[in-house]
Amino acid sequence: MTLPTHEPRAQPQSLTDLFISFSLLALQGFGGVLTVVQRELVEKKRWMTREEFVEEWAVAQIMPGPNVVNLSLMIGARYFGFKGAMAALAGMLTAPLVIVLLLALVYAQFAGHPGVQGALRGMSAVAAGLITATGLKLVGALQKNVLAWPLCIALGVLCFLAIALLRWPLAYVLLGLGVAACTLAYKRLEP
Amino acid sequence: MTPTSQLAPELAPQLLLAWQDWASLFIHYLSLSLLAIGGAISTASDMHRFLVDEQHWLTDAQFNASIAIAQAAPGPNVLFIALMGWNVGLNAGSMLTGLLGVFTAMLGMLIPSTTLTYLAAQWGHRNRELRAVRAFKQGMAPIVVALLIAIGWVLTAANGSGMNNWPVWLLTAMTTLIVWRSKIHLLWLLGAGALLGWFGMV
Repeated sequence: MTLPTHEPRAQPQSLTDLFISFSLLALQGFGGVLTVVQRELVEKKRWMTREEFVEEWAVAQIMPGPNVVNLSLMIGARYFGFKGAMAALAGMLTAPLVIVLLLALVYAQFAGHPGVQGALRGMSAVAAGLITATGLKLVGALQKNVLAWPLCIALGVLCFLAIALLRWPLAYVLLGLGVAACTLAYKRLEP
Repeated sequence: MTPTSQLAPELAPQLLLAWQDWASLFIHYLSLSLLAIGGAISTASDMHRFLVDEQHWLTDAQFNASIAIAQAAPGPNVLFIALMGWNVGLNAGSMLTGLLGVFTAMLGMLIPSTTLTYLAAQWGHRNRELRAVRAFKQGMAPIVVALLIAIGWVLTAANGSGMNNWPVWLLTAMTTLIVWRSKIHLLWLLGAGALLGWFGMV
């Protein structure tokens, strides 16, 4: 991005820019695209703040369907409406689709190779770390939250316990904790 | 169809799919789309019941390979849906029907959920000053942030939980620390993980 510094914020220049940006994001996203989206769109391109990212992510997470697909759709729509949504969606899916089909064609020959299996194991260990780190980074986005620290921490710990340790189904956790958290937030916001 | 174009050549069924079958494949994914809260993978067990157990359109090996390849490849994991469609199509004859399978499955899976998300997001954006909309975004924020950390934990545990798996845990912990605290490009870390794994060190 080579925007002048007085510009209030960076944003995608065109539908092509959106398509290419999301293609590049998707192609870097081994074992989950979310980390790359946060890295590139928030930290590098600065199309959105950390707080805005968490807000968009909350919607993308709660809606049915693949989360990063929802997220790309929403970000695209924010800048260029329906066309933007389609451009971002196409960017997110087209190139990875071609790659995944090519991989499927050669999979049978390499699936049993111990080196390949080891590499996949190593990459999935790294991918787990990427997701965790993204979550840790976004904790800072809660500083301005209307629920304030103690309540944010409490809700976060409950969510972690339910999902990571008790392994409760995601839909119930989102619904149960979500209703409680949104009600609390509603009460604290000025009418 | 060449042997390499199949995931499990020795097991793959030979299918004769009529248009009603393609329609029912499409409808199956349409019906799952709005149930896929937390990602398409949350409905995988229902896909298995339909594709493998009931219709016998896919073998277990093809079903599992579809998920494994999509996870190893770059891009969103939802592409495992495309691979399932691809394999159903290949079993039905050729690469051309394979591509038909890809689009049938992906469009079925994505049209309802993306339509709903688009409409909801547009509505939410137009009404972003509403107290209820602000309460939703503020209230969900701590939950979805914690959810990411929890998913990281679940993925780590899935890599093996015994004490002899300490190198994998160490790799995950180091990655977490590095990504959290530095700006290093993520592909370097993935490459390092792949190399360590290739040489059997994790």
